[in-house]
Amino acid sequence: MKSAFSIFALITLALLSYGLYQGLIVAPREMTMGDVQRIFYYHVPSAWTAFLCFFANLVASIWYLATREPKADAIALSTAEVGVVFCTVVLVTGPIWAKPIWGIWWTWDARLTSTLVLWLIYVSYLLLRRYSTAGQNPVLASVLAIFGAVDVVFVYMAIRWFRTQHPQPVVGGGEGSGIDPRMMNALLMNWVGFLGLALLVIWLRYKLERLRQQVEEAHAMRAIAGAKGVAR
Amino acid sequence: MSAFLPVLRVTLAKDMRLEWRSKDAINSMLFFALLVVVIFSFSFDLTAEESRRIAGGLVWVALLFAAVVALNQTWARELRNQVLDAYRVSPAPAESLFLAKAIGNFLFVIILVALMTPLFVVFYDLRSVGPAYQLVFAAVLGTWALVVNGTFFAAMSIRTRSREVMLPLLLFPISIPALLAMVAATTAILTGDNSPYLSLVFLAVYDIVFTIVGFFLFETVLHAE
Repeated sequence: MKSAFSIFALITLALLSYGLYQGLIVAPREMTMGDVQRIFYYHVPSAWTAFLCFFANLVASIWYLATREPKADAIALSTAEVGVVFCTVVLVTGPIWAKPIWGIWWTWDARLTSTLVLWLIYVSYLLLRRYSTAGQNPVLASVLAIFGAVDVVFVYMAIRWFRTQHPQPVVGGGEGSGIDPRMMNALLMNWVGFLGLALLVIWLRYKLERLRQQVEEAHAMRAIAGAKGVAR
Repeated sequence: MSAFLPVLRVTLAKDMRLEWRSKDAINSMLFFALLVVVIFSFSFDLTAEESRRIAGGLVWVALLFAAVVALNQTWARELRNQVLDAYRVSPAPAESLFLAKAIGNFLFVIILVALMTPLFVVFYDLRSVGPAYQLVFAAVLGTWALVVNGTFFAAMSIRTRSREVMLPLLLFPISIPALLAMVAATTAILTGDNSPYLSLVFLAVYDIVFTIVGFFLFETVLHAE
């Protein structure tokens, strides 16, 4: 297990370095935006990774509610934490990119706002986990994750209807969209690297949380055994 | 399921009687809302035209803050004498308890809305350009959206260590889309610029979906150990 982790860590490191090289050197300079556009290779992969983490969190939360399996809760916790970190990267790199291109730091369009609200919901999720007592913590958190998932749909629709500026999707959009293959390559490489990094941290966090759960369980067992001894 | 309506009725009647005698929730909400209105009107010096444009936002922000005051008391009341634990061990359906509380809170907040509307009219010199009766729909749908989630999250926050602080932290992010729709509807009606129809439908769907989600997940939250 330990060697598997090390190998995985090395692969991730290699991918991240290759991605960095691709993004900064190999990918061509964007025609209108110039070098600022290279933040794209960090912004978009972080966003995809964050959304995947949140999706995994939702699945793990439903799994936990259905089975009450402590493993599911450990996955939910670790994916939520890592998701919040990547989502923070998105929300920081976004304005840095937007300022020179759009002339403003922030605009209330559907994707920005949905991402922000998603981030807010998951920060409140982490706060809830922090402030609730150990026993009921996973249940309450899972319920909140479901509420959050339902809410994001509404946020997206609400912004589209009631507020409306983000460029149309560049990758996988309609006609006229599409980017240079070298750019696509840099994007995908970075995404794989980021995904690897996320998995690596989730892996560690998951192990840590499982250990914590086991220690807690051992304490509870000991307390029960102690109580029995006293009763006798 | 046969116990559903009786339990709902009894719980609601009990809450109403308690509130009628103590007036805890409505007094604190009303004064809080009054303070928010006054502070807002000090903070922004507005003409009638401007205030018509932003009043929708002000009203709902004031209501959101004020509602939290009442929502926090919903379950805190049941902690005394271990009433909540008694609910938990009783065979009464959890869903009816949830609906009773939500309806109770809805009544408190809608009374608050009714009392605050004249205040807003006075302080902000408001006059609706669009048909004013439509504001009733916006008020009812918007209040339910706040209250149904608020009641649910209050039941969650009551289980945490920092009870009163936790509720807005959970409720506000989830309420953002509803808040947008309420503000859009109210502003549309007040300025008469466009039709509030879309935002009202949005609110109605939001209400229905979150009522269903809350309804089915409440038992899980109530019984969380």
